[in-house]
Amino acid sequence: MNETWAALYIFLLAAFTGYEIISRVPVILHTPLMSGSNFVHGIVLVGAMVALGRATTGLEIAIGFFAVALGAMNAVGGYVVTERMLAMFQKKPGSETKSGGGH
Amino acid sequence: MSESVRMFLVQVSYFVAAILFILGLKRMSSPLTAQGGIVWAGIGMLVATLFTFLYPGLGNFTWMIVAIAIGGGLAWWSGKRVAMTDMPQMIAIYNGMGGGAAAAIAAVELLKGGHHGPVVMTLAVLGALIGAVSFSGSIIAFLKLQGLMNKTYALPAHNLISWGVLAVAVILGVAIAMSNAVMTPIIIAFFLLALLYGVLMTVPIGGADMPVIISLYNAFTGLAVGFEGFVLGNYAMIIAGIVVGASGTLLTQLMAKAMNRPISKLLTAGSVQGGGQAIEGEQKAIEAQDAAIQLAYASKVVIVPGYGMAVAQAQHKVWELTKLLKEKGIEVKFAIHPVAGRMPGHMNVLLAEAGVDYELIQDLEEINPEFNTVDVALIIGANDVVNPVARTDPSSPIYGMPILNVDYAKNVIVIKRGKGAGFSGVENALFYLPNTRMFYGSGQEAVNQLIQQVKLL
Repeated sequence: MNETWAALYIFLLAAFTGYEIISRVPVILHTPLMSGSNFVHGIVLVGAMVALGRATTGLEIAIGFFAVALGAMNAVGGYVVTERMLAMFQKKPGSETKSGGGH
Repeated sequence: MSESVRMFLVQVSYFVAAILFILGLKRMSSPLTAQGGIVWAGIGMLVATLFTFLYPGLGNFTWMIVAIAIGGGLAWWSGKRVAMTDMPQMIAIYNGMGGGAAAAIAAVELLKGGHHGPVVMTLAVLGALIGAVSFSGSIIAFLKLQGLMNKTYALPAHNLISWGVLAVAVILGVAIAMSNAVMTPIIIAFFLLALLYGVLMTVPIGGADMPVIISLYNAFTGLAVGFEGFVLGNYAMIIAGIVVGASGTLLTQLMAKAMNRPISKLLTAGSVQGGGQAIEGEQKAIEAQDAAIQLAYASKVVIVPGYGMAVAQAQHKVWELTKLLKEKGIEVKFAIHPVAGRMPGHMNVLLAEAGVDYELIQDLEEINPEFNTVDVALIIGANDVVNPVARTDPSSPIYGMPILNVDYAKNVIVIKRGKGAGFSGVENALFYLPNTRMFYGSGQEAVNQLIQQVKLL
């Protein structure tokens, strides 16, 4: 029971942390940040790996396989998309306009 | 290695991952450090995943590696080739996969039967429900934004049916959580109903409200992952999941506020479409040459880009036009509505991709007091966010939404493909104002014409 309580306290603190992290974010980063947090819950992959690793019956293995594949999609897709979006912000604010450079 | 050493290493890796996730998200909340942030979080993920192979008592490694290769490969391939304009639906689909994974973990645990106490069982069922809803709901959201499902559907007595489905799912969930025996048919029925509820919840929602829903499902998946982390005793999952659940909830509220769409209303009534008073008058067209003259002889121009510009891939041309006008000594600014594009910040990403300087980009609060000093407001593919009925017509569904007050500018030029209404289905009073001229054409071609004409002047 002690461990359950410890986990509940972790819940509580994590919730405050999440709230604090995002409460002062400029609007321009809302989409990348949503994408980034989408990546972070891709940690579900490790849980899926444990679930599949412990599975014994055929049905459990099938569902576990499904879970790992979905979790991997969440983690990898979330990373690729966020990374691409944030790469757009590479140029530092305040930098000069490139003169005459068309695209 | 003994089992206890392996377990210790796994725990250390999860601890490191949790730290890197929180620091990474913190860095992602500032433009200067954002790019490093995702790399930190990525390292955390990689470490946690690799060390999980050491987790004592696991088997089925072949299946595991095959599943990671398939899922990861598919996501890598699709994530690399998708266009920037399509990012919102990609976030939706990857997020839905995470929700599905959490629900599937719960399914495995529930089918194994209860060696868990009542708190853990309740969280397992709750996580399963939320995860499954996020899974099916996100898939519908993806289909809608991708244009594969264009209509909004609603059954007769839609709300009643969806609440009924949810209620039955909750009752079955309580039964599963309370029982010590494994009731496979009931567990299957529970998951099917949860998936059905996700579909029912999402189909009546129109495109304009999708960002809020995607953000909500992102928070849902976070919670589901956190709850299943509780079931598995996995602290990395608890921390990452709950941090995302909390931040996602706040982000959803911020978005809903920016769009003036209360979340409670979205969930019970679906989208509001049409309505509001009819608008008298006619739209006045303008040719490229006259529009170019207005621009070239202005001293202050504000460009308002909308999703239409992004779809037409006109952002590079718009930036070219901007540079041309700036060479003539004209002050040019970009006005970005909080929900321009498909999500808050989406337009900034698209403009950054085209190379537009940050300092030219102004948000709603910064630019609105300036509009009465603006000579020409150039609207490209934006509609609802510049519709003055949001200020003037209390019967309009968008009444009260913060808008860019472009109607205060001396002249307004609207580049638009046709005469249709906006995303919300509301007629735009701006198009009928005496100082507004409509320049009909697709974004890229229309801006190109302006560039040619400005060069001739």
